[in-house]
Amino acid sequence: MDVVTSQTIGVEVNGTMYERDVEARRLLIHLLRDDLDLTGSHVGCDTGNCGACSVILDGTLVKSCMVLAIQVDGSSIETVEGLAGEEQLSPLQQAFSDHHALQCGYCTPGMLMSATALLRENPRPSDEEIARALQGNICRCTGYWNIFEAIKAASG
Amino acid sequence: MTETTVSEPIVVEEQETRPGYAGQNVPRKEDRRLVQGEGVFFDDVKRHNMGYVHFVRSPYAHAKLRSVDVSKALEHPGVIGTLTGDEVALLTDPFFQISSPPGAHIKDFCLAVGKARFVGEPVAAVVANSRETARDAAELVEVDFEPLPVVSDARSALDDDAPILHDQAGTNLTWEGVYEWGDLDAAFAEADRVVKISELHFHRFNSTPLECNGALVEYNRGTGQWTITTNNQFPGFAAIMMGPAMRVGLDKLRFVTQDIGGGFGNKITSHPQLVACCLLARKLNRPVQWTEWRTDFHLSMSHGNERWFEDTEVAVKEDGTLLGFRTTALDDAGAWLRYEPLGGVIWAQVTPGMYRWRHIRLDFKQVVTNKAPVSPNRGYSRMQHLWFTERVIDIVAHELGLDPVEVRKRNYIRADEMPYETPNGCVYDSGDYAKMLDTALELIGYDELDSRRADAELRGKLLGLGIGSTLDSGTNNFGQSRLINPELQFSGNNEVATVKLDIFGEIVVTLGTTPQGQSHETTAAQVVADILGCSIDDVNVRAGHDSYWNSHAGFSGTYASQFAVTGLGAVKGATDMLAEQMKKLAAVVLGCSPEDIELAEGQARMKANPEAALPFMALGAIINANNAGLPEDLDVTLNCRYVYRPPFQPPDVERKFGNLTLTYAAQVHVAVVEVDPETGVYEIVDYAAVDDCGVRINPQVVEGQVMGATAQALGAATHETFTYDEDGNLLTPNFYDYHVPHALDMPPLKTGYIESASPFTSMGTKGMGEGGGAGIHAVCAALQDALRPRGNPIVFDSCNPYHSVWELLSDPESSRQRVTVEPR
Repeated sequence: MDVVTSQTIGVEVNGTMYERDVEARRLLIHLLRDDLDLTGSHVGCDTGNCGACSVILDGTLVKSCMVLAIQVDGSSIETVEGLAGEEQLSPLQQAFSDHHALQCGYCTPGMLMSATALLRENPRPSDEEIARALQGNICRCTGYWNIFEAIKAASG
Repeated sequence: MTETTVSEPIVVEEQETRPGYAGQNVPRKEDRRLVQGEGVFFDDVKRHNMGYVHFVRSPYAHAKLRSVDVSKALEHPGVIGTLTGDEVALLTDPFFQISSPPGAHIKDFCLAVGKARFVGEPVAAVVANSRETARDAAELVEVDFEPLPVVSDARSALDDDAPILHDQAGTNLTWEGVYEWGDLDAAFAEADRVVKISELHFHRFNSTPLECNGALVEYNRGTGQWTITTNNQFPGFAAIMMGPAMRVGLDKLRFVTQDIGGGFGNKITSHPQLVACCLLARKLNRPVQWTEWRTDFHLSMSHGNERWFEDTEVAVKEDGTLLGFRTTALDDAGAWLRYEPLGGVIWAQVTPGMYRWRHIRLDFKQVVTNKAPVSPNRGYSRMQHLWFTERVIDIVAHELGLDPVEVRKRNYIRADEMPYETPNGCVYDSGDYAKMLDTALELIGYDELDSRRADAELRGKLLGLGIGSTLDSGTNNFGQSRLINPELQFSGNNEVATVKLDIFGEIVVTLGTTPQGQSHETTAAQVVADILGCSIDDVNVRAGHDSYWNSHAGFSGTYASQFAVTGLGAVKGATDMLAEQMKKLAAVVLGCSPEDIELAEGQARMKANPEAALPFMALGAIINANNAGLPEDLDVTLNCRYVYRPPFQPPDVERKFGNLTLTYAAQVHVAVVEVDPETGVYEIVDYAAVDDCGVRINPQVVEGQVMGATAQALGAATHETFTYDEDGNLLTPNFYDYHVPHALDMPPLKTGYIESASPFTSMGTKGMGEGGGAGIHAVCAALQDALRPRGNPIVFDSCNPYHSVWELLSDPESSRQRVTVEPR
């Protein structure tokens, strides 16, 4: 008997439905980047430490390198590509630019998803709550200080 | 596109000091794509039918390769092909070595040939139709290793029984040089005290950019040309390494990049892996893609130089006046000299640090060990030396019972001495170090230090304050490489920009640089818009670099703190040329002299009659599409290229004397720590960073660089280390074990600045991206200050995790044995 190593899944990403045949071991981040060409989410560590691959899965923030693609069958996913409106950046994206909260921009998509998830749950976070929310996201360029400022500004 | 607004009007008047974009926090042009996930990093680029590369790596630190058998891997479904060291030895020549002998004799290929010399060294490569399959198949490559004895500590590398890494060199001492300036005997004769420090250690780490190395490589069989879409940050250097090794001209190597996910110097020496990918693309006749895994990066790429300072002696007067020092620097290069031994001279850019001592001797010895090769890391080689000088200052101050603040002020080079020629001929361009220190101390609330100490004590904590005062020397004079190897034919520096006015009036700028977050698109546009008198929104600076289409020169790239001088110097030069041509053309059309024309508000117009004006669009259209009837001798293309070349002379090789960089930005950082004396756990409770990089084109961008360099320094000072066991195994091969700062680790930060314009650069700017590692020195000094009531231990290592502090608290005496003070 042949061993089944792939499965067809259906997933909604940023409001668009996709159906793909995926290998059982394929990671969600590779489904997004390689199969769906949504390359905004990045890979920085392969071990779940850096958060560059963070996305929102059915309302919950996850690291997409720690989720198998077949696990998201029937789910709804938000990635950085879905944050901005037709013309305008989201307030958080705009605040990141205003406060120079990014340099190389590699960690930025994950940072934005973590911060988006934070502000949905807690629209007025304290400094410590912001730092805690970002502890799973590594940035090597900014030292985080301007990221804190951007999130504070976006939280109004 | 949102409109960019600034607070001052933009009107260009010749010879007039005017407000403009320069000096303002203009929003970054790069941001809009990056915050939407629309940047293009190398791994985002795909090609039809591309294969994925996985490297098979040595699990041994030192081993003979008896055989490498790829047959089982080739049988694995989905595998496209392989590459081994035996093939590489036939198809390529060894990489050019920068070193003079014996390092010059090393034979370095893109895969291990005959022997592996560190854990993680690539010994073969497998290409498959998915990254997962390539990784699986790599496990099937059978390598018969014969383990050899290992040397993992530089201090043992020269022992009689130490294994020799490179038989061709015949020794592990691959480069050494003696640097001596002034009169050491006189200085030590004049000294009241001689402070002796037996050993200090600067540890091994790097900046771990979040994006690892990689490339997509395509081979065009018809032209014999490779297109290498990569994040290498110094393609010019990669090309001169790769071309001769691959036996092809440099024009066969086309480097393409758009966005790069951090570099910090760590992405300069990826040329071996790029060669392997080129060979595979040609052999397999299809595009190949290599994305380095995080563990592979940690195991094999670009560690910062580890350095030991042995038998240091410092000549000092009773009042704390520093006369000179002598020491031996033992530098651990790891297994290969991929950019080394340039670290053996780069430190000399800042020989005396910020201080006025004139009598200095440093014996530099570089050895190879069975560890990952080193290469530039933010603050390259100067950071190690500046940490040493700062440690010396604080140890001397403490041992002599002097105030480290006063010792610094007594010995700092003074503002009225600028430009200041150092003992080895470097010319510090400008600066006021004492004022910077005052500013930093004020930011930290130095006046209340005693009460803060008392308050901490009440809470059972030890409070300490430490200073790090450093230089970020920028715009290299590559002539310094001759101090390493007199045969080398490098000197000076250069960078290129082109600026053109297109048919519809769009201003298009290309750069020779390969930025990794340094905001080149934005700052270049600020300079262009100011010169041309137009909106920054009208200036399109092309993102990234393509060596086929971006004009570039021998030293083009983004490294070594130079864009504000070389890159913007080239942009200014090209834009000045364009402005002159635009005025010439307008003068012809309007029937006046070019001197009568000014550029303002997106127009070329007559100064005396602003109504007589040509919009930029008209100028672009005339030259590009409507040029009949123009005077034959009108030498105007509206497409201008400028090569910026700083004013350097080759250094004097015999005396090891000359100006090694053009600018010397300065940093003074102050850290306040609180230590738990029971556990050694400490917290940075206050921090100030004061920077002086001359004229700032975009203060927010400058502050961002200061913040980033600070965070990296704090990470290095507290946790980040590439630690090896005695068998040469790396103990910190991922972000679980290699702890970089997280959001919760960041102390409160206060930033300040002064602007001492450089007299040597066209806009008064200085390169400043690297910083000098001031945070490492500040934390070391603060810990030593805090621990003084507990037996006065000496902080002798640049990395002090909690357990090290606990060891200093538990046994201060063993650290104190490193220091003696002798009266004269």
